[in-house]
Amino acid sequence: ASGSAVYHPIIKQAWDIGPRCAPRDTVCLKVPVRMQTMLKQRSGFRAAQPGRQVMKVRAVAAPLKTATSAPTKAPLVTPEVAKDLYYDMVLGREFEEMCAQMYYRGKMFGFVHLYSGQEAVSSGVIRLLRPDDHVVSTYRDHVHALSKGVSAREVMAELFGKKTGCCRGQGGSMHMFSAKHNVLGGYAFIGEGIPVGLGAAFQSKYRRDVLGEETSDSVTCSFFGDGTCNVGQFYESLNMAALYKLPHIFVVENNLWAIGMSHLRATSRTSGDETPYIYKKGPAFGMPGVLVDGMDVLKVRQVAQEAVERARRGEGPTLIEAETYRFRGHSLADPDELRSKEEKARYQARDPIPQLKKYMLEHGLATEAEIKALEDKVAEVVEDSVKFADESPKPERGQLLENVFADPRGFGISEDGRYRYQQPGFSSGTAVVS
Amino acid sequence: MLASRNVRPAAGHRMAAAPGQRALLAGHPGRRVMVAAKAQKKEIMMWEALREAIDEEMERDPTVCVMGEDVGHYGGSYKCTFGLYKKYGDMRVLDTPICENGFMGMGVGAAMTGLRPIVEGMNMGFLLLAFNQISNNCGMLHYTSGGQFKVPMVIRGPGGVGRQLGAEHSQRLESYFQSIPGVQLVACSTVRNSKALLKAAIRSDNPIIFFEHVLLYNVKGEVGDKDEVACLERAEVVREGTDVSIFTYSRMRYVVMQAVNDLVKKGYNPEVIDLISLKPFDMETISKSVRKTRKVIIVEECMKTGGIGASLSAVINESLFNDLDHEVIRLSSQDVPTAYAYELEAATIVQSSQVVDAVERVCGGRVAATV
Repeated sequence: ASGSAVYHPIIKQAWDIGPRCAPRDTVCLKVPVRMQTMLKQRSGFRAAQPGRQVMKVRAVAAPLKTATSAPTKAPLVTPEVAKDLYYDMVLGREFEEMCAQMYYRGKMFGFVHLYSGQEAVSSGVIRLLRPDDHVVSTYRDHVHALSKGVSAREVMAELFGKKTGCCRGQGGSMHMFSAKHNVLGGYAFIGEGIPVGLGAAFQSKYRRDVLGEETSDSVTCSFFGDGTCNVGQFYESLNMAALYKLPHIFVVENNLWAIGMSHLRATSRTSGDETPYIYKKGPAFGMPGVLVDGMDVLKVRQVAQEAVERARRGEGPTLIEAETYRFRGHSLADPDELRSKEEKARYQARDPIPQLKKYMLEHGLATEAEIKALEDKVAEVVEDSVKFADESPKPERGQLLENVFADPRGFGISEDGRYRYQQPGFSSGTAVVS
Repeated sequence: MLASRNVRPAAGHRMAAAPGQRALLAGHPGRRVMVAAKAQKKEIMMWEALREAIDEEMERDPTVCVMGEDVGHYGGSYKCTFGLYKKYGDMRVLDTPICENGFMGMGVGAAMTGLRPIVEGMNMGFLLLAFNQISNNCGMLHYTSGGQFKVPMVIRGPGGVGRQLGAEHSQRLESYFQSIPGVQLVACSTVRNSKALLKAAIRSDNPIIFFEHVLLYNVKGEVGDKDEVACLERAEVVREGTDVSIFTYSRMRYVVMQAVNDLVKKGYNPEVIDLISLKPFDMETISKSVRKTRKVIIVEECMKTGGIGASLSAVINESLFNDLDHEVIRLSSQDVPTAYAYELEAATIVQSSQVVDAVERVCGGRVAATV
């Protein structure tokens, strides 16, 4: 665009900013006052209509920070919080990388889905939850469990299939549960965990409204991907969460790919849009929908903070769409041939961990030495978890029949009149139970 | 999709009718005595008994709640929660939107975190939509979580073949659910056992799938008191006998008892056992009966293929082979969708005449009928 042609100031701005952005970034443009007034009037008009609320959508983008941009504002978090977030993200990353190693060395089997690259979402949301808040996930759940507080030892042992695992080796990679830390799983079928999350939120509201426990305001966060947003249960859950005003937060980790199915090929677009937006489905059901840069842990935390506080106040659910990316394939068995190198490189450049490190150093939240100490600590914890898992015993045959029923009478009465669980061989897993 | 809400058993002009208890009271003492007896112990209908069970358990334990379509303001399609929302509020008797998989999962989550939900399927057939949650989460979560979470849910609703309701409203889901590890299947049949079993199911820490029958809701009978809680794993001996063991459950119990009236006149002495617990089988009662009579007929309403009878037959063959004098006879529904037309519907399910024929065949009668 050169020469004597006169261009609209808005278009000029777009052309200037364009090269510095990635697709899907949203940018702020300077809009003339008259246009601003017109836009305000229009949104005000909508708000004046009964039953319609102005939709608050915050699309927060992160254009690449250039070397010259200097930190001008006060830091968004305290040093303690920043270090906690950094530690958590590094733990998630190192743990997942160790999982890959262990898998290829034949220490763990089956389907293992790694979270590398998406740490900002897990740390950004889960680290501000209370111990009595609940987390529900899908099969990509190792890091959600770690962020919620489940020890790396227990998670690694579970992955190795040892009896010291958080689920006694009975769940595996895709079924991480912790009653102590309120991690409600770990689900292999995407979408089936969301209603379970709703149930936990229902329980929280029930305790307050029915049982009269005034302090009951725990919230539940369900994590799932872009692929899940086409599953019927997602919509059923959006409807019920909004209807009953449940303290439930839907966190969509939109990494653009469901195994080999691109989000753009799988999901239809709202009329008038160029790309599909999941966050827009929130207002359709009566809850705020927020799009956030899922590669920036501080932005995720900001958005999650607001959603959690809304939920605790009893104002109902929120749908958060975090734009993120998984650096590895769908699972360790995925050849990952469909994603372009350019796309991967673009997101690698937005790696949340170096971003936070830079932020901490620039704002004086941590020194290089402190950061190194955190990283060393993580390495230690991850090594220790592998050692622990290696040395842990395998489950005994006796575990076979335990835990099938909470009440073991469920196996019924055998011919001699005793309950089957009373037979010898039940605790050694050799009894005939059907 | 919605079940017909006006299903009532017609005043007995059809064989498939739900017989009232009156049929079984034939030959009893005079009217004055009966009236006096009735005045002492009130007879109520099965839906009232189920409602009493739910009401009593909700009063006893504040974590018990009900979820389902039209359970609240409407009072339940079969009145099993009639008026309860007024007593307990909209949250404890929760009217859900039409999303079976969704609200079943919500029930699972609530159960995992400390509540005791009773989830109603307006018709058991609708729970096909909730199969994901029932199989994966309800049944298996206790195990996959290594015992950390329990799922003390009751999933209840009417199933079975009704009165010309068509194929989709006439399904018998017990055969589909029976393979799910970690769930118990219970089928009630009388007013008394329906209340006692539902109370037991609500108090149980296991997930229980509780089968009611669409044609039995207006059956009348007496109930026990607040403390009568049945054992979920025990079968019920309906009639003691010596000639043949007839294993049955749910509405087929009445069909069998109707056949028994005829059989007794013909000189047979069948033993009738109501399975109650469809999974797990009460092997003590079953084996005792088989060892006594040495002949088995299974009368069920589910399909022949993969039904409850198929499992029971296999178990009896494996563990009681030497105690049998005759192969196990299974009288099940035809492997066809249940037609709307009355005659075809009647031909799909087991009729009492077939039971009579089967007993005659097994005990050495003259009829070699194809069943």
